[in-house]
Amino acid sequence: MHIGVEYFVSVSAIVFGIGMFGVFTRRSPLILLLSVELMLNSCNLTLIAFSRYWGDQSGQVFALIVMGIAASEVVVGLGLVVAVARRKADLDVDRLTALRH
Amino acid sequence: MTYDIVFVAASALAIASALGVVLSVNPFYSALSLIMHLVSLATMYLLLQADFLAAAQVIVYAGAVMIMFLFVIAYLGNRADEPTRDIPLWQLGAAVVAGAAVVIEIVVAVASQAFGPGKTVTDQFGNPSLVANSFFSRYLLGFEATSILLLVAAVGAVVLGSKRPSPRVDQPDDFPAPRPQPELELQAAVMGAETAFPVHHMPRKDEDGG
Repeated sequence: MHIGVEYFVSVSAIVFGIGMFGVFTRRSPLILLLSVELMLNSCNLTLIAFSRYWGDQSGQVFALIVMGIAASEVVVGLGLVVAVARRKADLDVDRLTALRH
Repeated sequence: MTYDIVFVAASALAIASALGVVLSVNPFYSALSLIMHLVSLATMYLLLQADFLAAAQVIVYAGAVMIMFLFVIAYLGNRADEPTRDIPLWQLGAAVVAGAAVVIEIVVAVASQAFGPGKTVTDQFGNPSLVANSFFSRYLLGFEATSILLLVAAVGAVVLGSKRPSPRVDQPDDFPAPRPQPELELQAAVMGAETAFPVHHMPRKDEDGG
């Protein structure tokens, strides 16, 4: 069998679905961040697969930018988690509603 | 043939470790599964001739970002554990339906297309100098925007991490009480001071000597 771009995109879709399931079901903000990482990385895989398919470097550049965005997101997210933990609040995304209004 | 075997192994490992991230109860195991997932994705990047990105994936993600995650999980200790309430069944079902819908949609859309074998590229494709060429010429604006974003995120993390929690303006009583300082009180007791005496007015040892 020939492994074409469609196999890579399918794997990336499965990983994206798994990450989405994690975001919807887990309650710990840390696991939520990890699930968002899964989704971002599956998008990276799609970008790189199509970059190879079209023979164009641009997809790889976009994947690098996504990596930078993911790193910023993790930094701010972990900072928020630590700040919340310092105020002795519950680390439960359903109860962290102080910023809602 | 080797290509197929490596692809099947890497994708199976990627999916299995992604499930491990989502289904692990212990957040430490979730983070370790994510490291495994990132490494198997780097293998797939190598299959797609994205050499530089595979290296960056392992170094930046599995190296730096995940170590930070593990530090935070270790810092929080058992408070990082999942809250033990049960998830309502409808939420679980809705999550399964939503995830499966995305997967089926994309897989059907991709399978209905006739993708060819893709363009033939040289061996140079994806090496650092070519990626850098397009990054620093055609996509320079994206590069600058990413660097500004990283700077803002770093400043935000410092602000979030260093500031003491301030009392809420609308609920001053919400502010946690300052911790008692056992060393000073013990010092006062040893020196025979009354307990009502304001502790911070006690002369320090290095002050009364001179």
